[in-house]
Amino acid sequence: MSEISGAPVTETTATGPRRDSSAGSPPLLEVSGITKSFGHGRRRLTALDGVDVRLERGETLGLVGESGCGKSTLARVVLGLERPDAGTVRFDGTDPFTLKGKELLAWRRRVQMVFQDPFASLNARMSAADLIGEPWRTHRDIAPTAKDRERRVRELLSLVGLRDSDAHRYPNEFSGGQRQRIGIARALALDPDLIVCDEPVSALDLSVQAQVLNVLSELRERLGVSYVFISHDLSVVRHVSDRVTVMYLGKVIEHGLTEDVFDRPLHPYTAALMSAAPTLDVSGETRDEEIQLRGEIPSPFDIPSGCRFRTRCWKSEAQCAEHAPLAITRGGAADPGREPHEALCHFPLGTGPRGA
Amino acid sequence: MKPSTLPAPAAAEGAALEVEGLRVELRTPSGTVRAVDDVSFSVRKGRTLALLGESGCGKSMTALSIAGLLDPVAEVTEGSVRVSGTDVLRLSPAGRRKLAGPGLSIVFQDALTALNPVQPVGRQLAEPFRIHRGLSRREAKEKAIELMTRVGIPEPRLRARSYPHQFSGGMRQRLLIAMAVALDPDVLIADEPTTALDVTVQAQIMRLLRDLQTERDMAIVLITHDLAVVAQRADDVVVMYAGNVVETGPVHEVFAHPRHPYTKGLLDSVPEHAVRGRPLPAVPGSPPELSAVPSGCVFQARCPLAQERCAQERPHLVSVGASRSAACHFSEELDRV
Repeated sequence: MSEISGAPVTETTATGPRRDSSAGSPPLLEVSGITKSFGHGRRRLTALDGVDVRLERGETLGLVGESGCGKSTLARVVLGLERPDAGTVRFDGTDPFTLKGKELLAWRRRVQMVFQDPFASLNARMSAADLIGEPWRTHRDIAPTAKDRERRVRELLSLVGLRDSDAHRYPNEFSGGQRQRIGIARALALDPDLIVCDEPVSALDLSVQAQVLNVLSELRERLGVSYVFISHDLSVVRHVSDRVTVMYLGKVIEHGLTEDVFDRPLHPYTAALMSAAPTLDVSGETRDEEIQLRGEIPSPFDIPSGCRFRTRCWKSEAQCAEHAPLAITRGGAADPGREPHEALCHFPLGTGPRGA
Repeated sequence: MKPSTLPAPAAAEGAALEVEGLRVELRTPSGTVRAVDDVSFSVRKGRTLALLGESGCGKSMTALSIAGLLDPVAEVTEGSVRVSGTDVLRLSPAGRRKLAGPGLSIVFQDALTALNPVQPVGRQLAEPFRIHRGLSRREAKEKAIELMTRVGIPEPRLRARSYPHQFSGGMRQRLLIAMAVALDPDVLIADEPTTALDVTVQAQIMRLLRDLQTERDMAIVLITHDLAVVAQRADDVVVMYAGNVVETGPVHEVFAHPRHPYTKGLLDSVPEHAVRGRPLPAVPGSPPELSAVPSGCVFQARCPLAQERCAQERPHLVSVGASRSAACHFSEELDRV
């Protein structure tokens, strides 16, 4: 795995030694072959079907896909809230699902979450200081005395751009953006290595979104935290992510460096997603032929045979219904100068002179 | 063919909807606040005007006052709303009901709450034909099925008997659109019609709206907070902030050269053109509470150009070019920032 430019590589963090992402050191997070289904008997919903995800330290992985693609289930598995049916999760080399008791508690500190809706995710009857400090009631050794807690709350507030005096205010006294900052401070309270952000800015007004995105990227620089960043807003994902994973109906259908995935998508679904997202371009020229997908996402109770995207794909042929496509790779072993860029498709784009 | 239920001789040439000096006040426990302040715009047939702004800016309140659906705590205190020449604010309830459908209709954001959960969708779609056109049950049902076909619902005859919860989000939005266009309205208000939908479905719905608009020559008022949707789908834009219009004009001109610092701030904070890894140019702070809108310029607290004059004197919308206006004392200076 080669180093990508622009990724901050610090030698150490408060939580332990940090190595660059050169070959040899295990990635912070490695999810392989995860399968998870819900329900029982014949009516089973397959939410994840053999999902692989990798995240290096200090990096941000963008997770993209439409509702029902399994991205939130994947987030829950990464957080240890949902035990997969098959496959393994390795966090810094250890499988969290094998941990028990104290070890499990210690592990939970390392992965935290920022929720979508800062109006619903904060208890209205707790002050900002109580909300931020609540995790320390479980993880007692982090800030054992009242003095420690007070000092730490002040630090955290200033990290996310709030004032000391905000500590004793209640959620209803804050705007949406400020509430989301409290949510972030709370996630940081346990000094995690990884924060899963599930649509962290989509409930916020546009002029405030940018502020919160800036806070998140600043924290990455300063603390070296890694993010799994779930969003349906492609322009946001493009801005924050080093690598992007695109999901469709429980499978990862494309993965690669952000530039590769956005500028040279291999999978027709990725291309369609990009094309469907409206852009700010008002130059008056008509855009490149818009890719129009037929229909909607099939029910996860009844996944199409072969390639699961074939029912909406304009390139599909008989072969797509018969065989599930294998991963095709650009770069990587075939082209050692480039990062691997993978997709699951029989007829990937860009096989001609620079496709769609 | 359009059934004309309204006497509309005074209609200005082509203007399907004219809003003038609209002011809406809300009664709250702590006093009266102004949610919409002196809002004016007009839309011609076949054109789309976007009301753009963040939550609380008054865009939905404006739409609801046009449609006569304001909550009882809110009241239109000034201004006029003309649909094809008729001042709808002065209509009797019966007159309004007559207008709702053929004159003006609305597509709501959340299709699940806008549809009746305990009635088959076919019956709901047939209702406008029964009430406004006096069609028989059977004729109305045929009309409903025709409409379902038009908005792209597969197997409409079968699906007419289904209930709203049996449809996907995108299909429900199609049903809602079908209901809104059933009587060929002159004006269609679309309140965040795609916000709850996935991008690929969003694109389908916006395309459907555009096709219906061309086909039926409707004026559309598109209410949204999404700049990209405005850029792609609207002809003209009205940018609102804290109940006030801060800028108006043709979308391609406003977005290419904004003349109000708020519009510029919004456009700059979209990550689309930003360099990855660099901080986004964010607008500092957040919009004022409606109860605490400052007396001068509404945007002064967050504005990079604010000076003393902005605190004392509220800027009026003034012309800043052909069919463009902005409410800023220093809009000239914006180009140089």
